[in-house]
Amino acid sequence: MPKPFTPKVVTANHLIEGDVVYLTADDEWCRDLAQAEVIENEAYADLRLSFAEDQPGIVVGAYLADVTPDGAPAHFREAFRAGGPTNYPHGKAHGQRPGPQPSSEA
Amino acid sequence: MYLYDDFDRAFLAERNAQFRAQVARRLDGSLTEDEFKPLRLMNGVYLQLHAYMLRVAIPYGTLSSDQMRVLAELAERWDKGYGHFTTRQNIQYNWPRLADIPDMLDRLGDVNLHAIQTSGNTIRNVTADHFAGAAADEIADPRPYAELLRQWSTDHPEFQFLPRKFKIAVTGSPNDRAVTRAHDIGLVLKERGGELGFEVIIGGGLGRTPMIGKTIRDFLPEADLLPYCEAIVSVYNRLGRRDNKYKARIKITVHENGLDEMQARVEERFAELRPLFDGVDQAQLGRIRSMFAAPEYRDGHAPAVTDPVLRSWIETNTVPHKRDDHAIVTISLKAHGATPGDATADQMRLMADLADAHAYGELRISHEQNVILPHVPRDALPALHMALGAAGLGTANVGLASDIIACPGMDYCALATARSIPVAQGIATRLDALKVEHDVGHLKIKISGCINACGHHHVGHIGILGLDRAGVENYQITLGGDGSETAAIGERTGPGFAYDQIVPAVERLILAYLSLREGEDETFLQAYRRVGMAPFKAALYETAATREAANAA
Repeated sequence: MPKPFTPKVVTANHLIEGDVVYLTADDEWCRDLAQAEVIENEAYADLRLSFAEDQPGIVVGAYLADVTPDGAPAHFREAFRAGGPTNYPHGKAHGQRPGPQPSSEA
Repeated sequence: MYLYDDFDRAFLAERNAQFRAQVARRLDGSLTEDEFKPLRLMNGVYLQLHAYMLRVAIPYGTLSSDQMRVLAELAERWDKGYGHFTTRQNIQYNWPRLADIPDMLDRLGDVNLHAIQTSGNTIRNVTADHFAGAAADEIADPRPYAELLRQWSTDHPEFQFLPRKFKIAVTGSPNDRAVTRAHDIGLVLKERGGELGFEVIIGGGLGRTPMIGKTIRDFLPEADLLPYCEAIVSVYNRLGRRDNKYKARIKITVHENGLDEMQARVEERFAELRPLFDGVDQAQLGRIRSMFAAPEYRDGHAPAVTDPVLRSWIETNTVPHKRDDHAIVTISLKAHGATPGDATADQMRLMADLADAHAYGELRISHEQNVILPHVPRDALPALHMALGAAGLGTANVGLASDIIACPGMDYCALATARSIPVAQGIATRLDALKVEHDVGHLKIKISGCINACGHHHVGHIGILGLDRAGVENYQITLGGDGSETAAIGERTGPGFAYDQIVPAVERLILAYLSLREGEDETFLQAYRRVGMAPFKAALYETAATREAANAA
């Protein structure tokens, strides 16, 4: 029996910046998963993926990523893609650009 | 160190111009991603989880202070202010924009650095003992050979599309600090009857099928280095499997064909190739060797150190130099709780300045993700330690349990199946709180965030492999791995541990070792080899809960 369809978003990396982007319902690319279009059926998902793949001048490596019905990442890999690395506070979740801070000495 | 001549400079400038045009053609739509991807990979440009990543080769781990300053400049101008030193003596920038990378490569070219062949199925950055040219136990400096191999392998027309990537490591010391037995070709310098030569080891590798390399030539005269390596790579290029990516490395070729068959084919090919090397390679080796002359050492004798903090740092972070008035200093990039191998632009510049002030302008990068000042007069150690400490670089933990190798893992890497950096941070922070690592002594913990094993977990005394188990991060532990001249692949303990359980699990292993060892001189690895897996396994899995369950039964 085929697996039932689970909600998806279309995601990719931006060609120039390389950062994670998501397809919105109005055909734009956004950086925030919360603004992504949550797709509820398989046929429409395929259509939206084709739309993304037809934009090689904007994005690279488009694919469908699983999300929960309310649009949260369904897998931890997508959670890290959405929020940025966990070792520094400079990913998307933080919007900062510092490097590592010197730690206190042993 | 090696200085580029006009040929080298022209080659690099042309290559960078080519890549600049390729990037432009990708951005204007003339090249598809499928066409562009192999081109960018040949130039060290990956597309990772959050951004592009540029991997820059640091040949055999050797850097001048000026080169280190340019690495800092790249971090500041085109990245987020830091770089990540890797387990193959490279530096990775995690956040460049594609359009900026040609400018980064041009700037690197100004100081004879590049990113060529840091990816792709080619011969990668040739690595070497990070104490080369300085170590007290060294037979000869391996770097001239590594440089000769770099020149031979760079853009070698026959070896640009090998079955899989190919890694070579060279050591000039019997104490193997270059993990030669886990490389496609490992070269160990030896002296026999007053002549220099190499033990040639092939078919080592980690990844999903870890194997310790096998000796294919016990003693290869140094003059035969290039034809013999070319014979090995040539045979591999023909025999290596291209039908299955996971069986394409030379370790599998050796395993499937047998060492005897490989040896016969290599010797046959070598006999054909040797006459074609008419001495130009040896002339070039002589020229290269003249550039690796030792610095003009000044007298560095110093009075005995009395300050206990300085003494502790010297005991932990320095090793004997070939001159008794000098020391080899390892600067730890493993401050407790920091990301292993990361350095800020400010830290890189400081290390460059300190190299100029105290270490004849030379630096090295180790596969253990630390920075080395190879030649430090002993009377400069107090000033050096003070300056490093003020910049968060004075941690006295080299070779100890918190000196952890960790790959970027799922915080950055598109191939990763779990995070590794936060696990390293968690273990180091816990060890710092327990204040036991100086008592524990020599212990190598190595963490990989996927089966590809960039974190060398198979050869960690304690190895940790992060996996995705049904959508949850899970960490397998191996024990007894060894990357030295007594190389061994670690043995898996049993079921893995959840992300929030892996740090306590490692703590239990370390505490078990302290109770099992016969004395302070018995290292973790020695204790493991003596008592075997069972008591460590008991410490790992027999927690209070399981004991209660057993008692209740």
